[in-house]
Amino acid sequence: MTDIAWIHTALSAARPQAVAALLRYFRDLDIAEEAFQEACLRALKSWPKNGPPRDPAAWLIFVGRNAAIDQVRKQSRTTALPDDDKISDLDDAEASMAERLDGSDYRDDVLRLLFVCCHPDLPATQQIALALRIVSGLSVAQIARAFLVSEAAMEQRITRAKAKVGRAGVPFEAPGAVERSERFAAVAAMIYLVFNEGYSAGADEQPARAPLCDEAIRLARLLLRLFPAEPEMMGLLALMLLQHARRAARFDAEGQVVLLEDQDRKLWNGKMIAEGLALIDKALRHRRPGPYQVQAAIAALHARAQRPEDTDWAEIDILYATLEVMQPSPVITLNRSVSTAKLRGPQAALDMIEPLAPKLGGYFNFHGVRGAYLLQLDRKAEAREAFDRAIALARTPAEAAHIRMHLDRLIADSAAPKRAAAQK
Amino acid sequence: MLYTILCYNEEAVTTAWTKEEDDAVMARLGKVQEELRQQGKLGPVARLLPTTAATTLRKSGDQPVVIDGPFAETKEQLLGFYMVDVGSLDEALDIARDLATANPGVGSYEIRPVSIFFQNGT
Repeated sequence: MTDIAWIHTALSAARPQAVAALLRYFRDLDIAEEAFQEACLRALKSWPKNGPPRDPAAWLIFVGRNAAIDQVRKQSRTTALPDDDKISDLDDAEASMAERLDGSDYRDDVLRLLFVCCHPDLPATQQIALALRIVSGLSVAQIARAFLVSEAAMEQRITRAKAKVGRAGVPFEAPGAVERSERFAAVAAMIYLVFNEGYSAGADEQPARAPLCDEAIRLARLLLRLFPAEPEMMGLLALMLLQHARRAARFDAEGQVVLLEDQDRKLWNGKMIAEGLALIDKALRHRRPGPYQVQAAIAALHARAQRPEDTDWAEIDILYATLEVMQPSPVITLNRSVSTAKLRGPQAALDMIEPLAPKLGGYFNFHGVRGAYLLQLDRKAEAREAFDRAIALARTPAEAAHIRMHLDRLIADSAAPKRAAAQK
Repeated sequence: MLYTILCYNEEAVTTAWTKEEDDAVMARLGKVQEELRQQGKLGPVARLLPTTAATTLRKSGDQPVVIDGPFAETKEQLLGFYMVDVGSLDEALDIARDLATANPGVGSYEIRPVSIFFQNGT
């Protein structure tokens, strides 16, 4: 990697910490972002000559803060300076800055920056866009590409979200234990949303959207470094790593979805799986289970199976039962029916999901899964009807194509005997 | 004389490499390893998982305590390392406990899973 490439990676790695600290000083997202921008420009001038500083984040905060104060002073005839107590610690030593960064203030800074993006008034799509812009520093063009909207539309979405956050006011007081854990839960949910935006994309959208998965993993790593004893954050990071590890195997050459059972497990990313398994092992020691840990444990059982037939379906079924208790939801019951089908057959699975029809009737996957069980029970006409419903309800071409694959198999199966008969 | 070479770098940067960047780094390191291997100078090589996967056993009183995360004290120095092949973190922690008991005084034991391992460069 050239020096400039290294600097760019270092700048984007330091961004969440730096912007978070600058937000604490200036209590204004735009000033914090501009200050960081200015610091980056100076880094690009100074680092290639002088070498990168020992602590890039501390350097960027220090330089960014001074640059922004200068800027504010220049405008001071029209704009009041921030109160001294907000920008009071102005001693010049980078070393003391670095020391302070290890403190709890710093951890709460990053948590606050992420939490600002999770404002409950913001719809999920705005939360994600805001986090990607402010915390991750993706350009509006990059985010627009990931969401398949025009740059202008994305610009507007982010501006609106920022205005809403600005009106709501940034929560600056240091959080208490209960607040901190609430912020944590909101931030974890937002990070998983970012991940799923990338993970749920079809094959053709993968190049634009898969980076969202990497970004979510990066954010979870950052939070776990700052809050190393949070088992749910370990669980979330493990879950995302274990899911993302299958990336290369999830689509075939034609871009069709390849089901877990049919995936070439040699294509799974062994390094990511090793990290995910280590993290879930570490999390479970805390004996404070939560939904991310349970989902990660399920993903871990899939990852551990060398072949599909080695999968420990009994354990997976127990974990899904645990998840149903923690987070009662028809979708989780629907997912659980898959392990039930493996253990007790398609009829038991079908009995399990039939009562979900009133709640999940509009969800494509309900009909897709139901169709698969009907097919296994050789109730072909009903299966076909279920698959047709699923296709009609699919939200994306990838979802529809996935169901159509079942349907094609069904048609091929029912066509085969006819051909055989015709040959006689 | 046997030497260990311990590699340090900023994890926030190295974990943010794309797969292509990571592969390129590993390929360049592989060339260095290959040369050493041919000269018969290369011992075990390991790349560790990030510190987010680390757990630390700290012995300060009688009962060692387990802390999530890497070894973070600067007052103590790295004295040695073990590599153990076990089924779980708990088992690795038990071994660290035995070491802590066998060693006099205080001390810390960072347990870090290994991501990539070459025994004598193979």
